[in-house]
Amino acid sequence: MSNADDIWILGIVMTKFGKHGDQDVVDLAAEAATGALADAGVTMADIGVIAAGNLMNAGAGIGQQLQKQIGQTGVPVYNVANACATGATALRTAIMAVKAGETDMGLAVGVEKLSGAGLLGGGGTRKSDSNTWEPNGRYGAVAPVDGRIGTETMPGVFAQIGMEYGHRYGGADFALFAGISEKNHAHSTLNPLAAYQKRFTLEEIMGDIMIAYPNTRPMCSANCDGAAAAVVVSGERLKSLSGEQQRRAVKVSASVLTSDPYDTGCQVLPNVNTLTRNAAKQAYEQAGVGPEDLDLVELHDCFATAELVHYDNLMLCPEGGAVDFFKSGAPWRDGSTPVNVSGGLQSKGHPIAATGIANIWEVCHHLRGEAGDRQIEGAKVGLAHVIGLGSACGVHILESAAA
Amino acid sequence: MGGYVSHVMTRQIPLVDYLVLGDQPHLVAHECTTCQARYFDRRNACAKCFATEFAMVDLSTDGVVNTFTIVALAAPGIPVPFVSAVVDCDGTPVRANIINVEPSPDHVATGMRVSLATYSIGADDNGTEAIGFGFEPAQNGAN
Repeated sequence: MSNADDIWILGIVMTKFGKHGDQDVVDLAAEAATGALADAGVTMADIGVIAAGNLMNAGAGIGQQLQKQIGQTGVPVYNVANACATGATALRTAIMAVKAGETDMGLAVGVEKLSGAGLLGGGGTRKSDSNTWEPNGRYGAVAPVDGRIGTETMPGVFAQIGMEYGHRYGGADFALFAGISEKNHAHSTLNPLAAYQKRFTLEEIMGDIMIAYPNTRPMCSANCDGAAAAVVVSGERLKSLSGEQQRRAVKVSASVLTSDPYDTGCQVLPNVNTLTRNAAKQAYEQAGVGPEDLDLVELHDCFATAELVHYDNLMLCPEGGAVDFFKSGAPWRDGSTPVNVSGGLQSKGHPIAATGIANIWEVCHHLRGEAGDRQIEGAKVGLAHVIGLGSACGVHILESAAA
Repeated sequence: MGGYVSHVMTRQIPLVDYLVLGDQPHLVAHECTTCQARYFDRRNACAKCFATEFAMVDLSTDGVVNTFTIVALAAPGIPVPFVSAVVDCDGTPVRANIINVEPSPDHVATGMRVSLATYSIGADDNGTEAIGFGFEPAQNGAN
């Protein structure tokens, strides 16, 4: 069934996302890693490479910290950091090592503790040591520019990204963006691992606390704690494993990471569109599938305004057609292209480095037919997308063993 | 006539080095002499074509709002709400606040015409006044 060159996900888990006051970062990483190993039916002795990410403490070497708790085997460890794409980058690193033939089995882990972290991005310090205006940095700024020259906070940056799409194509108003959030919160009620499982009405979402127009609080991703981990294996090695392991294995039909190519204005407001479209194009080509073949999509809805633009960037709709795509009901779980049936980052939560593996877990969960109440019936092909501002975009296309 | 100097010239400094003060305040950009890509920061090379020669160019002080948000929650010390926007100044996108307007979706819209405006950020211990910039709604619908 498998070609020797193919890469497969042999085991994958995510922890419950939410507040884990009694577990530190290493505990959460260990829970995910040992869970993924058990799910794969292997041990640390089988793992030839480890790639790990923990963005908020990227210098601490989470990979080695994890080894010291669950198994120091001396294999190479790559600690990675790539903003919100850190988890996908860890997975991609493990995949590259296996693809390169350096080993036939690898472990990828992403973990974050973000409960109570509040607003991300932006600098608040206004007071400098000196009481004279001194030009500083690459813009020769004499004072902090966040709040004086636009905003650096994530809700505001992504609000502008959504509003820009609306300006270009029309039809994207406050109610439309809120409707996207309504969908994801509705989906979350079926996901017991989501940080929040509360359905909101459109009116409740629009009437909630405004963070950065048009994003109100429930339209923003939830800061929380969590981890996710995956074991990847070569097609050759998979052939030597049990029938059960082969049946549950999920094929990585495409694994792509891009950064943003130069485009006018991309250093003024991040352009999250071009690199996502580039990643999607490469992924569809690698996998030999098109958007119409996807049974489900987990995309990076860090804010409701972001989800809209990615319908278009991932080519789930014709160019400029994201508003109509949403209004048609297509991305609801009973629609033609279910998007974020996990509840998305707005309700499932966004423990940054875990996100890029957790979204792949969600897709695998459906492809294995193990998603319980929220199972997308007969799912065979799915896509997972993350974007880290700066920027990095990861797109993975996954197919069930039976596909 | 012939008396002593009765006024002290207030020294001013721009918030960022790409704001040029004087009689007609305006923004400037580093333009790549090879591909004409424009940047506001100190450059090592051009991100588009990798060339290393840049010329300073003046930007139009009139523009159109390409996108905006109204920030209601910001880091401590930053007054809210404020309007953050990207303004298209004759083909060059500029990040700025929209100022001298009520920060409400009823008063700000994409596509609206705006003009550069400056304001005082305050004086330091030497009496030097820092000057910031933003864009305000264009007067009388004029460009």
